[in-house]
Amino acid sequence: MNVGSDYKELSYQETKPDYQQVAESASFKDLITRRKRFIIPLTIFFLVFYFLLPVLTSYTTFLNTPAIGDISWAWLFAFAQFIMTWVFCIIYVKKSAQFDRQSDEIIEDQLGGERE
Amino acid sequence: MNATVITLFLAIVLATLVITYYAAKKTQTTGDFYTAGGGLTGWQNGLAIAGDYLSAASFLGIAGAIALYGFDGFFYSIGFLIAYLVVMFLVAEPLRNLGKYTLADMINARFDAKKVRAIAALSTITIVIFYMIAQLVGAGALIQLLFDIDYWIAVLIVGVMMTIYVLFGGMTATSWVQIIKAVLLMIGTVIIAFMVLAKFNFNILGMFSEMKTVTSHGADYLNPGLKYKVPLDTISLMLALVLGTAGLPHILMRFFTVKNAKTARSSVVTATWVVGIFYVLTIFLGFGAAAFVGEELITAANPAGNMAAPLLAEALGGNLLMSFVSAVAFATILAVVAGLVLSGASAFAHDIYGQIIKKGKATDKQQMIAARYASLGVSVFSILCALFAQTMNVAFLVSLAFCVAASANLPVILYTIYWKRFNTTGAITGMLFGLLSAIILVSISPNVFSPTEGAAILVGEPIFPLTNPALISVPLGFIGGYLGTVFSKEADLKRFAEVQVKANTGYRE
Repeated sequence: MNVGSDYKELSYQETKPDYQQVAESASFKDLITRRKRFIIPLTIFFLVFYFLLPVLTSYTTFLNTPAIGDISWAWLFAFAQFIMTWVFCIIYVKKSAQFDRQSDEIIEDQLGGERE
Repeated sequence: MNATVITLFLAIVLATLVITYYAAKKTQTTGDFYTAGGGLTGWQNGLAIAGDYLSAASFLGIAGAIALYGFDGFFYSIGFLIAYLVVMFLVAEPLRNLGKYTLADMINARFDAKKVRAIAALSTITIVIFYMIAQLVGAGALIQLLFDIDYWIAVLIVGVMMTIYVLFGGMTATSWVQIIKAVLLMIGTVIIAFMVLAKFNFNILGMFSEMKTVTSHGADYLNPGLKYKVPLDTISLMLALVLGTAGLPHILMRFFTVKNAKTARSSVVTATWVVGIFYVLTIFLGFGAAAFVGEELITAANPAGNMAAPLLAEALGGNLLMSFVSAVAFATILAVVAGLVLSGASAFAHDIYGQIIKKGKATDKQQMIAARYASLGVSVFSILCALFAQTMNVAFLVSLAFCVAASANLPVILYTIYWKRFNTTGAITGMLFGLLSAIILVSISPNVFSPTEGAAILVGEPIFPLTNPALISVPLGFIGGYLGTVFSKEADLKRFAEVQVKANTGYRE
């Protein structure tokens, strides 16, 4: 934690906010944890879902069986990727509104006072 | 081609440019376009992002790829679209919050080293050149078809015209070209898709059934594997497509034309919808071209299928639609090229010439001159490469630019935002590993070497088997960044705390 205290002295001189203190604070850590808990699983999911298509079409042929009329499962899987993109897009925007509120609180409580 | 098409084409191109000019002028009075508080709403910016994205590759390349190879062509549409999720979830907001304008600036939020700037500029220029080649090949084929002249003359004319446009016109109107063009392109695509669907009696199931018989591939046309027979090559391509967007300099720049992360977010949402709908419609363009133009005519006009969409427009809507579609495609290319040349030139003039050669002491005038020479250099080099790339599909060429972006830029962007321990050495090794491995692997790949004469630039056995090297070069970019960091001792934790707080909360000093 030496670095931290060094920086504190420095930051008073430069009238820069003490970012390390903010980064260590409970409310900021909570924001980071929530963000991670939201972003990491969804990112893993959409990447796996995405790569599943070329992997399945390259190494197997079962997606070539017809699903609806002459439209095969491969096409349905491809369309599902589009639907996933739109759904994730909507989820992300909804969730981000929460993070926005949390960020605003942190700025107000911890950074606002140190602004000129 | 006949005089009607040419006249209509020129008239529509001219009209697009005039509209753009006035639109750009109007916004300049209401506020400076490029400043953070600028006048672009999320919706407008979303259209501009979509415009940047729907380049010649998407319109000409994907339509052609689907027309010739059915499902395999559609892989591009899927990859380009899912890439938006990567941008949205991992990159867009932190970058916007850090308030930087170029890749080099963003990395400099954490590190001050000049070397980082130089390498970031180098990777930007490489991406720009690959992207340029794709646009020039598309434009060359288009002009060749319209004016019925040789391909190399067409490329030269287009290349010279575009260079002049960039040198004397500049960047001011580019965003509005993109917005207007995105709207026109969507209108054109919707019209064609509707006409194709009408030809199939609005029966999508019937369309799929019919596609089984109209091409020389028979039922296989609807199955994957027609074009991409090597599994690792397919996966490598898909990797480049999905990760590349988040490292493309001219796309990232678009997040700074809006006032905050919230607007950046909403513009990605608009772009995702517009681009998504467009990519669904590429199926109709491709199928339509295969059914109503036919493989023979498509490959006769351009061996890689790049002319499928304009030819389909002609088959369905005659000269008027053909001219409209060609003109929009041409305006697309002009706008994308202008943006590309300028981002390449500014990387050179600002980062390499200004900061490194002149050590920050270059005057504005000197930098302007350097930028002009750099634009010229980038253009000439791209034109020369484009002359050899006629037989390549433009969507594929763009995938190489995506590969460099994914290998050299994305690892460093992600590490900079998310990895506490990351340092200057890591940034340098990460970019170098990614950039060099991508370039070297492409230059010994089947794109450059082919045993059959004329199929590639040089004759010979390719040393590296994959056409797109992302599968190797992207991990190398990440490994390079990791090793460089671990093997050097420096670490600046307070700087990371600053980046982390700013990136996550949107706080500005």
